[in-house]
Amino acid sequence: MSILVDRNTRVIVQGITGATGQFHARMCREYGTQIVGGVTPGKGGTDFEGVPVFDTVEQAVKATGADTTLIFVPPPFAADAVMEAADAGMPLAICITEGVPTLDMVRCMQFLRGKKTRLVGPNCPGVITPGQAKLGIMPGYIHKPGTIGVVSRSGTLTYEAVHQLTQMGIGQSTCVGIGGDPIIGTGFIDVLRLFQDDPGTEGVILIGEIGGTAEEEAAAFVKAHMTKPVAVFIAGQTAPKGKRMGHAGAIIAGGAGTAADKMRAFEAAGVRVAKSPADLGKTMAAALGR
Amino acid sequence: MNIHEFQAKEILRKYGVPVLAGGVGHSPEETAEVARRLGGTVVVKAQIHAGGRGKAGGVKVVPSPEAAADFARGLLGKPLVTHQTGPDGRIVRQVLVESGCDIARELYFGVVVDRASGLVSVIASPEGGVEIEEVAAKTPDKIFHELIDPLIGFAPFQGRRLAFRLGLPKELVNKAVTFFTAVTRAFHECDASMVEINPLVVTKGGELIALDAKVSLDDNALFRHADLRAYRDEHEEDPREREAAKYDLSYIALTGNIGCMVNGAGLAMATMDIVKHAGGEPANFLDVGGGADKDKVREAFRILLSDTSVKAIFINVFGGILRCDVFAEGVVAAAREIGLSVPLVVRMEGTNVERGKEILAASGLAVESAADMAEGARLAVAAAERAAGGVK
Repeated sequence: MSILVDRNTRVIVQGITGATGQFHARMCREYGTQIVGGVTPGKGGTDFEGVPVFDTVEQAVKATGADTTLIFVPPPFAADAVMEAADAGMPLAICITEGVPTLDMVRCMQFLRGKKTRLVGPNCPGVITPGQAKLGIMPGYIHKPGTIGVVSRSGTLTYEAVHQLTQMGIGQSTCVGIGGDPIIGTGFIDVLRLFQDDPGTEGVILIGEIGGTAEEEAAAFVKAHMTKPVAVFIAGQTAPKGKRMGHAGAIIAGGAGTAADKMRAFEAAGVRVAKSPADLGKTMAAALGR
Repeated sequence: MNIHEFQAKEILRKYGVPVLAGGVGHSPEETAEVARRLGGTVVVKAQIHAGGRGKAGGVKVVPSPEAAADFARGLLGKPLVTHQTGPDGRIVRQVLVESGCDIARELYFGVVVDRASGLVSVIASPEGGVEIEEVAAKTPDKIFHELIDPLIGFAPFQGRRLAFRLGLPKELVNKAVTFFTAVTRAFHECDASMVEINPLVVTKGGELIALDAKVSLDDNALFRHADLRAYRDEHEEDPREREAAKYDLSYIALTGNIGCMVNGAGLAMATMDIVKHAGGEPANFLDVGGGADKDKVREAFRILLSDTSVKAIFINVFGGILRCDVFAEGVVAAAREIGLSVPLVVRMEGTNVERGKEILAASGLAVESAADMAEGARLAVAAAERAAGGVK
């Protein structure tokens, strides 16, 4: 079992004919992901290595029965691409694009309210269910099928965590990169809830970062609703105090946002916190009682 | 991107937000000239990208153009150290000269993006003129929020509610609503990430005025604001950070002696953390990004080596999109071209790692290889201590 994506997920790639889209569509397909179509406005009717390309998401959904879209559209057009996917009734949209204007995302999230589309990202590495489907830019080979869920705001730091688990022989159910931007479609709590309800997941690693209060809220959720063991690492323990301006929103919320605050919040929730990023795997193993 | 107070006020004025009459002086003479034009008592304010200027002696009320020039002479070309600038301070290159005003009350008004709700949030407080964090910590009940509907914009009823909560007299409520609405429009149309008006003053004559203004713009949206891009002040950026930005590298100078080069912001932060765990101090945060090529790696290397406090370099790369072989080629090319003056510790993992290790091994460079990030940090700290002659 897994969450969000598996071997039956039917995927279209928005931006499939761009350099990044091409490269990653190919890598995902090689991993075993069912790439059933692509969308590039103006290139409808052509194909990418045998995958049919459409002008609009609506056409792609009708023709292929896709249920998930993977978005590699350049930043100025990315929010629009997400809205197009939502309008076409796509259940899951994963937006990899980095550098989307924040106010574009504010409008986009408003558009998504009341629609059935779940957005993951933007500015994220994507989602992978090892051995089944890879929808993102992560290196597939470091993963191993198993029962640990991974959720993270970071890209490469997630690979680090996964690598440590795999080295220790601990496989993963699904790994979700939720993205590092101020406004993202799916947060820690959404993913924790999915992992808690997934019979194929036995424990969860959560990787947070300084800034915002998402980690504090996740800690409260874990305490109230999670029965599965959770292990945590927070990056940025030694980061210098940010220029206050960038953190105004977090600061106003009442002194939250530092790594120390977040680590304390998790410890108070009974969660094991890795002090060093080298101990992520070990901390998970300890939380599992292995 | 942060901008100066006088630039922030230029924007606000354009949107109809009341600000004081004023002008910018780049020299004592120009400062006097602006003061003369304004007439009477004026305020001279140092323009740097940092708060706390008043307490640091960067702001003064002066009675005459001559006094304005004298005060400007003491500021211009010299560093101003505030609690936000760090010990070296920032060089003052211009001052803002404004007319004085009779202050009856000081309020706080800010607009930020609220992560939790995914909406733009307005924040107001009757406690103006002090740092809002302080208010949040001591008297959180004196902070009022309004979330803005992205399709409707800031609604008049929200403005009225804030005005009444701030305790403004009913004659000023409409003025306040106009003021708040104008600021939120400026925020949206400029793609700001923060607008802070602190203090927003009520004058004895019953006017609302943005006495100070801080605006940060969303870097990701600058592509559609050519006019706002012109507000960038390169003098306010660390030279190495500026150099890094040219190559799309994310660099932040720190105070330690271990130069770090990493791909990905999260891993870069975690690398700093583990260096500290191993008893060392990182000299920087440096994220070469996912799409790094040989040229970017070379420039990253050059920037690290240009920092004379760096005694060892720790490279921690987890190849995803960035392939280890490409990265290794960049390191070898850079080391050959620039010369490697300090010990180099490399930890590589991920896409094409075997090929990457071969390239480093075949290069003949004195590279210490680490199996994981903990070992890499340990080796780098030991190397830095050796290089510094055993003295930290």
